[in-house]
Formats: sequence, structure tokens, C-alpha cells
Amino acid sequence: MLRDVAIVGVGQTSFGEHWERSFRDLFVTAGVRALEDAGVGGDEIDAMYGGNMSAGQFINQEHVAALIADYAGLASERVPATRVEAADASGGLAFRQSVLDVASGASDVVVASGVEKMTDLGSEETNDALAGSADREWEVFGGGNVAALYALMARAHMDRYGTTRRELSEVAVKNHQNATENEYAQYRNEVSAEVVESTPYVAEPLRAFDCSPASDGAAAVVVVPAETATEYVDDPVYVEATEQASDSLTVHDRRDVTTLDATRKAAERAYDEAGVTPGDVDLAEVHDSYTVAEVLAVEDLGFAEKGEGGEFIAEGCGSVGGETPTNPSGGLKACGHPLGATGVRQVVDATRQLRGEAGTQVEDASVAVTQNVGGTGGTAVVNVLSDRRSA
Amino acid sequence: MGAGIVSYGGYVPRYRIRTEEIARVWGDDADAIKGGLRVESKSVPDEDEDTATISVEAARRALEGASVDGDDIGAIYVGSESHPYAVKPTATIVGAAVGATPLMTAADMEFACKAGTAGVQAALGLVEAGRIDNGMAIGADVSQGAPGDALEYSAAAGGAAFVVGDEDVVAEVEDTVSYTSDTPDFWRREGERYPQHGERFTGKPAYFKHTEGASNELLERLDAEPDDYDHAVFHQPNGKFPARVAESLGFSEKQYATGLLAPEIGNTYSGASLLGLVATLDEAEVGERIFFASFGSGAGSDAFSLVVGDGIEERRTGLCETFEDVEHLDYARYAKHKGKIQEE
Repeated sequence: MLRDVAIVGVGQTSFGEHWERSFRDLFVTAGVRALEDAGVGGDEIDAMYGGNMSAGQFINQEHVAALIADYAGLASERVPATRVEAADASGGLAFRQSVLDVASGASDVVVASGVEKMTDLGSEETNDALAGSADREWEVFGGGNVAALYALMARAHMDRYGTTRRELSEVAVKNHQNATENEYAQYRNEVSAEVVESTPYVAEPLRAFDCSPASDGAAAVVVVPAETATEYVDDPVYVEATEQASDSLTVHDRRDVTTLDATRKAAERAYDEAGVTPGDVDLAEVHDSYTVAEVLAVEDLGFAEKGEGGEFIAEGCGSVGGETPTNPSGGLKACGHPLGATGVRQVVDATRQLRGEAGTQVEDASVAVTQNVGGTGGTAVVNVLSDRRSA
Repeated sequence: MGAGIVSYGGYVPRYRIRTEEIARVWGDDADAIKGGLRVESKSVPDEDEDTATISVEAARRALEGASVDGDDIGAIYVGSESHPYAVKPTATIVGAAVGATPLMTAADMEFACKAGTAGVQAALGLVEAGRIDNGMAIGADVSQGAPGDALEYSAAAGGAAFVVGDEDVVAEVEDTVSYTSDTPDFWRREGERYPQHGERFTGKPAYFKHTEGASNELLERLDAEPDDYDHAVFHQPNGKFPARVAESLGFSEKQYATGLLAPEIGNTYSGASLLGLVATLDEAEVGERIFFASFGSGAGSDAFSLVVGDGIEERRTGLCETFEDVEHLDYARYAKHKGKIQEE
């Protein structure tokens, strides 16, 4: 990067079913919290990037970046605001665009936010909006919605590597347990593997509790040049790398249906840029939109060998106190998954970990990874964050 | 003793369909549905039963051996969301059938599943004002659930009638409170055959918010605690919601078990909470206190505090004994009974 970038403020709404709160109410709340956290005033903001997957379908509202600027009180300041869309990787990408804006020298103080208001629609319409992240012509028209496609990946993984139904359940068990201490999480209750396995099938072998829920929520972070970060806060978090990669939108065109090459490639570039290896990572916030997606994530991020992700989690390697804790926040499964907000929420949670102020805290965390995926893996964003200035 | 319930009666058609049978047709996992809804079977009306016939049957049972007869009733209100006529009252059919016409007032009521308790409050008001000696309020439905919709597992048939007066009262109404807001959680537009609902929106912001709102307000006004009650009855769209709301308010299973009929008969909509009250009065002893709260989508809840008095033994109806003589239908006969398939 042309110049290093740091995170000086984070904020979010709680995630959940906010029946009485609107889209604009959510992002304003998250944004104000991030600005207060950074001690930044509205007049200092140079640019804004907003991650949002489908306000057009969920609330019949487009042009949401201007709406965000307006309701944040920044339209009168003429602050440029840009919406970023990459299905449920929109948030991760909004963060990346914000970092690049600062790194390029074009802006000094940038707000990255993500927001989604999903619960105004019924499940049928929600599923249709979600299906927009897959290939409408080649997949969705034939019944391949996102759950069905992840089910296909799960079946292939089980068939090829012997991953078990119970190992998938353990992802949900772990993430619910982690979320019990997360005040912003949608589900703070523990679940047992037996309960996960008693819920109705969504797309066999995936059951209701293998799926992240439909949620309302927003998250925001403030990024500035690393060299000025300590002027804002005492404990900035540094962006060591932000990388992104693409893959075919359709699962059937992929090199391997049990691997997300977009994640692999983005991670490879990010580790290279940050000068770290998977073994250096103290924790990761990964994209468990379905339990099997976390199994794939721990493999594709290099924490486990290909085919051993299920075992890695079932044996506790991904638990807090384990080798590489994944989703200490509770992940998408328990935090909730307001599509466009998730990628930013992951950065918020990773920042809390590196500051030592997380609900379920990983001891001595100094390097964190976030992995945000669009749909079934057409887009992946991988960030490496640390608590000290990179050398 | 102040005004309250003089007599009562409930009626549930003798046909049932099991959750497994509906799940078999739609390819659902019956155990998962039963775990989610806590409904094992639901009642089904006969081919010629509707809200009018069910209301008449419940009204007749309420008057059987009662201290009042049709002539003594000055008002009849029938609450339902499946009145057979869009224009023309069900209440006049009931009035004629029980001999209450012509010197009486009558009207149909609609407030989703709580129209019956709205009728109880209206009749109670007329009695307390001295306008009438006795009034009858009925909640009855042959409820609709679209084929394949989640509602189909619970939408059932049944009704209950309550005679309200200030003489020969067997359960005094200590107080009643309503909690109402404009909340579109469940609706059926004019001309539509089946209702639509807001899925999870029917839970927390609708059923729970309103039921808890009315219940807590009533407890506060009476300076009462859940422990002060021997029984508690709630609207029961399934077996899960009433248990959950009871526990969140501080009532125990021992208090709500008697009035929880949904696991066996499903959701009888306007009849649901009132049938639960019938089953509870059938078991309650003199001096016992009953907490009772309905819920209607749209949305509102009517909460009542009742004290059982002398004479209750003579008024008991044995409602739950009628559940022993039932016939289980397969989906094909169920579809015929419900008019989902018809002779051309």
C-alpha cells in the first residue's frame, strides 16, 4: 500500500429482528457509535463507503449511499458517499475501498459502513433476494438457491473427505457458545449438537440451525493514515493487508466445489502482503453463512489441511483457547447476518479482540484475520489486522 | 359478587387430523414441526359445520341446565374471522336458535382471534351499566390455512359461549384490561380465501408484546402476582406460544396446563382462549382465581382476572371428555371436509 492505514473507531447496532427500527435508523446509530469511538467529528470526514446488498429488494430503496450521507448529516458537508455491492461481501468490500482510499492519499478520514434491513419481507421474498447472489440463469432458475448450493458443497465435502454431520453441528455449537458473551449478538443462547440436528432440513444435509439467520443491523469503522492514528486514539488497530479475489459465480464452473478459490487467493495475497503465515494468526472472523462455510474457511485460510476442517473445529482447534479461534464473536450463525453489514461487523469484532475488549476474548491477540464471502464464493475479501505498526 | 360468568359451554367438532398426516402430504418433517409448534393434532369441522353451527352448539351447551334461558338474554355477540356471511349476522342465527329473539341486540364481531373476548367485555359493560340482565358472547371459528402453509398445521375448528350477568354468577370478573395497537401481523383481505401472515413478526412484536402488555397492566392494577392465581389461560395459536408467554410472565406449567388445549385440538382462533377457559372452569374449585388473556392479530389482548364462586359444580360441562370420542381423518377426507376439494 502507498501508505499504511489504521482503524481508530468502531461501532455497531445489535444484530437481530429490529421490527421497530428503520434502515436509516440502523446505519445512523452504528455510524455515530464509530465516530464517537474515534473522537472524530462529521466535518473531518473526507469520504464514506457503504456496503449494502439489496436495499432495493428488501425496502425498495436504492441510492442508499446518498441516503446514508444525508441521514448522517454529511450531505450538507458535500462528503462523497459510495455504495459498494458484492452480495454479502459488500461490507468487507466497503471496508477495503475505504482503506484503499486512505492508502492512496486521496482521503485522510474515511468511514466504512455496512447495513441491511431484512425483516420487512417474508421468507419467500427474502430467499429470493438472497438467491440474487447466485447465478440467476444457471443456478437459481433450476432451484439452486444459496442454501442448496452450500448443501451441494457440504455433500461433496462429506463424500470426499469423510466430514460428518456432527462436525457441521459443532460449528453452530461453538459459535453459539462464543456469542453468549457478545452483547450485540442476535442469539446469545447455547445450543447442543442434538438440537441443531433436530431442526428442519433447509437443504439436506443442512438444517435450520446450520444457517445464519435473516437479521437487521449496521456496523461502521473509521480509518485514517497509520502515521496519524495515535492522534485519535491510544490503541489503533493497523490494517496489514486488505485483499480481494473473484471466482466463477456458478458453483459448477469452479475448479473444485469443496474449495473457495476466491478465499484461497485473497488469503494468499493478504498473508504475503502482511508478511505473516496462517500460523501467526491469533484469531479469525470467518464467513459462516452456513456451518459448512466455516469448515471450508478454516481450510482455505490455511488453518487446517484441505479435508480436515470439520475435524479441526470438532476437536476444539477453532475454539477460544484452541490453535486458531474462529468466530469468537459468534460468527454469522449467532451474531446474525445482515448481509451488507457483516463484513464491517467482522472488522469491528476483530478490532475489539486486538484492543482486548471483546466479550469472548482471545488471550494476547495481536494478529487477526477477517474473511467475508459473497454468496457461494464469487467474491472473497480477506483482511489482516494487527495491534502494532507493521515493520 | 359482582358481574361475571353465569354459565358457559364449549364445542369442538369430533374430527381430527394428525400433524404426521399433513406432513406426509407436503413432505415435511413431522417431528420437527411438532417440536416447533407443539401441536400433535387439530380439530376439523364436519362437511356441513361452519361458524354458525358451532356457535349454536356452544350456545346451547352454555344454556343447558343454566339458571337463564334464551328469553333472559339481552345481547348476543359472535366473534369470528370465518363468519359464513360477509353481510348478515351470525349472531341473529344464534339468537333465533336459542330463543333469544326478538327483544335483544345482536352483532358480529371481528378482531382476529380475540373477537370473542371483545364480545365478553361488551356484554359485561351492558350488564354493569344495567342495560341488560344477561348477555352472551361467543368466539367461534372454522379457521382457514392455505394448503401447504405453516398455518395448515394448526388452523382448527371450535367455539365457546359465555353468558355474562350479575345474578347467579359462578366466576366473578374482578377486572379486565385491553392492550391494543395497529400491528399488521396477520390479515385476510375482502374476498380472499386464506389469511396471510408476517411469519416471525406474528411472535415477539405481536402475540408476546400485546399479551404481556395487557397481562402486566392487569396484574399491576390489581396489585397481584402470578403466584396469586391457581390457573392461567392464554390464547393458543400453537402449543408453544402460550407456554412461553406464561413462563415469561411468571406463571408455571401447573397453572396453565389445564387450559392448554392447542396440542390436542390446534388453534380454534376466536374459540381458542375461550375454550381454554371452559376447560379450566370445568376443573376449578370455589374460591380459586383464574388469570385469562386472549390475543387477536391486528393486534390486541384482553386480560381478565376471575374468581370462581359457588355454583360452579352445577355449571361444569365436561368439555375435555368429549375429546375422547374422536375420529382421525386422512388428508383426502380432511380436504373434502374443509372444502379444499369439491364435487364438480
